[in-house]
Amino acid sequence: MVRKMKIKNNALKIFLQPIWSENPINVQMLGICSALAVTVQLKTAFVMALSMTFVVSCSSFMISLLRKQIPKNIRIIVELSVISTFVILTDEFLSAYFYDISKQLSVFVGLIITNCIVMGRAESFALSNPPHLAFIDGVGNGVGYGSVLLAVAFIRELLGAGKLFGVQVVPDYFYSIGYENAGLLLLAPAAFIIIGLMIWLQKVLTKDRELNR
Amino acid sequence: MTENLVGIFLNSVFTGNILLAYFLGMCSFVAVSKNIDTAIGLGFAVIFVLSVTTPINWLIYHFLLAPGALHWIGLPHINLSFLKFIMFIAVIAAMVQAIEIIIDRFSAALYAGLGVFLPLIAVNCAILGTSLFMVERNHTFLESLIFGFGSGVGWMVAIISMAAIRIKLRYANPPYGMEGYGLTMIVTGLMAMAFMLFSGISF
Repeated sequence: MVRKMKIKNNALKIFLQPIWSENPINVQMLGICSALAVTVQLKTAFVMALSMTFVVSCSSFMISLLRKQIPKNIRIIVELSVISTFVILTDEFLSAYFYDISKQLSVFVGLIITNCIVMGRAESFALSNPPHLAFIDGVGNGVGYGSVLLAVAFIRELLGAGKLFGVQVVPDYFYSIGYENAGLLLLAPAAFIIIGLMIWLQKVLTKDRELNR
Repeated sequence: MTENLVGIFLNSVFTGNILLAYFLGMCSFVAVSKNIDTAIGLGFAVIFVLSVTTPINWLIYHFLLAPGALHWIGLPHINLSFLKFIMFIAVIAAMVQAIEIIIDRFSAALYAGLGVFLPLIAVNCAILGTSLFMVERNHTFLESLIFGFGSGVGWMVAIISMAAIRIKLRYANPPYGMEGYGLTMIVTGLMAMAFMLFSGISF
């Protein structure tokens, strides 16, 4: 019983760690390449977060299953082929059922292959842990990545276009009394600056918590 | 024709900078821009790998993978384009390995300079991203060559300027928590803003 509790706690910890204290984007600075480009709208950010979670959890699971068979020397290429398989699945699925969104995401679904999060989890976690933990770790990292993406997209879409998920939320009255959308937020520089500020915020918050403890 | 090529080159270096406008290659950009010498080394390695892999991937895509590309061996209805991700990454990994071996064989000095960076490049999103953009924008062979080279130059310009700024930033006194990555991201944002000004110039 005690042992079971411990395993459960362990799994929970593995799941929660990448969401806040070990967040792949804000703390480990992994995977920012694609994170910035898809956050102009919440819709694309949401789809990207789902695709990423799917790819990182499934590929971690597969690599963990194969971890005793993979020879050390060629492990990178094996990992890359496992990851590409899942990325191809995701890409084909998106272009079959969500053609508009897959056009907007353009090359960034494909770039999940070279996303450092997936490779990083495969290398540092999946190769040395059993499949179910690797899967949980993958989901956790996907959620951690996704929540940063959604937060950035929320700020950019709300302030930049006055919309959320493509629906106008800033009332027309505001525009009539002179409110303007900040168009700059839709452009590339704003993405960098928002992520920079979020890294700052998280660092300050975690530091405070450590001090209180 | 030539004008078009010059346009593609200038566009990929400035307005459509692979790093500052499309956010590709951020991971190694943040990690390696601490020191100006390593930034220059990595910049040259990226230019080199990009100008080799983009045309090779163009050939592979247009003669093997694109819809109808196999008609030269009598199979016009086969569409293998879904294999492009795995083929491109395999080509990139193989080319990086091959380039490493060739440089090691012929130039010890260059190997000492670039050697450590070459393996890093295989998983640099900028390389795969350029190949994928090349497919999406329907470039011709010559254009893909120029585009690959230009993207590499653009990436190098960005990383060298960043390394130069970060050396100056050592003397700055940022608020707590801002130092390091947070500040790097914000400076990159300001740089991206500066590069946006190039889009006002019509080539």
